[in-house]
Amino acid sequence: MTNQGILIYAEVTREGDLAPVVLELANSAQDLAAKLGGQEVSALVVTNAGDIEHVKSDLKSNGFDKVYIVQDERLAIYSTEFYSKIVIDLINEIKPEIVLIGATTQGRDLAPRISSSLNTGLTADCTSLDINEKGMLAATRPTFGGNLMATILCKNFPQMASVRPKVLKKSTFPIEKDTQFIEIKPEIDNVEKKVELVEFIKNIPSTGKRIDESEIIVAGGKGLKSADGLKLLEELANVLGGAVGASRAAVDAGWADHSIQVGQTGKTVMPKLYIACAISGAIQHTVGMNSSEKIIAINKDPKAPIFQIADIGIVGDVYEIVPELIEMLK
Amino acid sequence: MQIALCIKQVPDTADIKWTENNTIQREGVESVINPFDTYAIETAVRLKEKIKDVHITVLSMGPPQAQEILKKAISMGVDDGFLVSDRKFAGADTIATSKTLAAAISEKIKDVDLIICGQFATDGDTAQTGPSIAQHLNFPQVTYVKEITGYKDGVLTVKREVEDGVEIVKVQLPAVLCMLKCDYEPRRPLIEGFIKAHNANVKSYSMEDVNLLPEEVGMKGSPTYVSKAFRPEQKQGGEVIVPNDAKEGAKILKEKLEEFKII
Ligand SMILES: Cc1cc2nc3c(=O)[nH]c(=O)nc-3n(C[C@H](O)[C@H](O)[C@H](O)COP(=O)(O)OP(=O)(O)OC[C@H]3O[C@@H](n4cnc5c(N)ncnc54)[C@H](O)[C@@H]3O)c2cc1C
Ligand SMILES: Cc1cc2nc3c(=O)[nH]c(=O)nc-3n(C[C@H](O)[C@H](O)[C@H](O)COP(=O)(O)OP(=O)(O)OC[C@H]3O[C@@H](n4cnc5c(N)ncnc54)[C@H](O)[C@@H]3O)c2cc1C
Repeated sequence: MTNQGILIYAEVTREGDLAPVVLELANSAQDLAAKLGGQEVSALVVTNAGDIEHVKSDLKSNGFDKVYIVQDERLAIYSTEFYSKIVIDLINEIKPEIVLIGATTQGRDLAPRISSSLNTGLTADCTSLDINEKGMLAATRPTFGGNLMATILCKNFPQMASVRPKVLKKSTFPIEKDTQFIEIKPEIDNVEKKVELVEFIKNIPSTGKRIDESEIIVAGGKGLKSADGLKLLEELANVLGGAVGASRAAVDAGWADHSIQVGQTGKTVMPKLYIACAISGAIQHTVGMNSSEKIIAINKDPKAPIFQIADIGIVGDVYEIVPELIEMLK
Repeated sequence: MQIALCIKQVPDTADIKWTENNTIQREGVESVINPFDTYAIETAVRLKEKIKDVHITVLSMGPPQAQEILKKAISMGVDDGFLVSDRKFAGADTIATSKTLAAAISEKIKDVDLIICGQFATDGDTAQTGPSIAQHLNFPQVTYVKEITGYKDGVLTVKREVEDGVEIVKVQLPAVLCMLKCDYEPRRPLIEGFIKAHNANVKSYSMEDVNLLPEEVGMKGSPTYVSKAFRPEQKQGGEVIVPNDAKEGAKILKEKLEEFKII
């Protein structure tokens, strides 16, 4: 076999920072590389022409042997056409055995174009990665709305996987390596760019905190019966320094924006604490939050399925209990 | 404008039941149009209502029963449709699926301008089919689309929802769009729609019909395969308390917040 090493696509956010998922992938890749008998782990950074010292130092302390850097002012904004060309070119050159990409909106836009161009397999939105007894990548992912887990293998090289953010753990200590930084020129002069970003409107969450970044989430469901309920939860979130989330039923009712929806068709979150208020606990909701460290549920119905996964459940009315709790915490 | 609409038949995942052997029970489970694809249909039909000379062709790769969803789409305002169906397609991953759909579109639809897919299918749930079709046809793509907001001289303006906000982008046709759940709901068919669907001739094309080889489709044409499927572990719940009143409930929660080192 000629393919060797693990390549991670190191996504850079709109703000110019490394996407958090990259460090989760880095940690997992160390483990995979060790199981493969000590293979090289490299990263590819594609970004605009600015200063990227902070990105480099993050990568350096996360165990990368090599970091390929592609900088060009045409790459300031993510473009499927430019970015996929660059990643494909590098894969063809260095022939990695495994390619990992964060399953962010950018990653899920990019990864399938690369795999189809290379005619190789891509396992989608994985929640765990391992190396099997034959030395192949065994990537496990939820399907059927979280009802079924599937472990997928790939017959071709590179074996590709997109990995769900916030599921794998970052390393808690620095893994300093003598990282080699390699600058490469993008070959995109002949790529026709047919998609143009006209405008970007940033979401400003009501509590100032994004649910996928907050350590504490107070989430509300259909049982709140009106948007006022989410206002009340916002108050609790503010007292605790957290963010507000919602079930799909609450989003569909028009009480909250889809950007704060938790679940299969919303976001996956893994905070220290998730407080589910008037949420029944449908599987499509719980797949998005059941990896939270601690779960508290408040629900009127003692039989609500959410209680089956909650560390502590309180049977009662959110409108009575939450105001009392806010009072006590103030 | 010629639109190709890709739709998939999926089991109703809200209603998954398990057999004693921990496999998903298939009998008695309703099949539905993938929920995201119903928004794709609605979006296409809305575009047809807004601009002149739009023709919409719906297609699906699947077993003969998938005829039903094509007829449903026709009843909602799609012009015509066809099925791509062959035993050799079984076990297709997204590479083989997208190759088959791309071939069907190139072979059976003349001069396609726009391909609309759903973002995800609720069963396989990879979100890879749309972008892979785009790659095979060398079309640009826009994923996570909420709405088409404009069209002029071969350029579509669309709104897409990403992690940190909303983007407005312009895309040159021909292109592929992958639709999220929209802010509008898919329409219910009217009686004329049912009649049109009933009378529609939904053809079925085989692998040879779309000019593919056995090694390009189904399990053979798929680089990935499912090696194991299992039921997810359930997180074990803790205590469920019925407090005497709200004050007591709040007090218990406060103690828990302290125990969890939140406060
Ligand atoms: C393809 C698909 C994708 C989906 N994706 C998602 C997703 O991403 N996220 C998601 O959340 N859902 C998703 N769903 C929907 C999911 O199946 C449920 O319908 C939804 O999660 C229910 O939301 P809920 O718990 O807020 O509402 P309900 O199920 O209506 O529950 C309301 C709860 O509130 C309780 N209650 C009522 N009043 C009070 C009160 N005053 N105080 C305390 N408790 C009270 C009730 O006892 C009940 O348990 C999806 C469904 C499908 C089919
Ligand atoms: C448990 C399980 C896990 C799997 N994991 C993977 C994996 O990790 N990687 C992989 O490559 N394959 C995987 N597959 C195979 C994959 O589900 C199939 O290839 C499937 O045909 C298409 O993928 P999807 O359901 O993920 O659709 P998605 O890509 O999520 O669907 C997006 C859109 O593509 C269109 N579309 C998809 N399928 C069809 C169709 N048959 N006809 C018409 N339009 C369609 C629809 O518009 C749909 O809304 C898995 C299958 C199973 C059963």
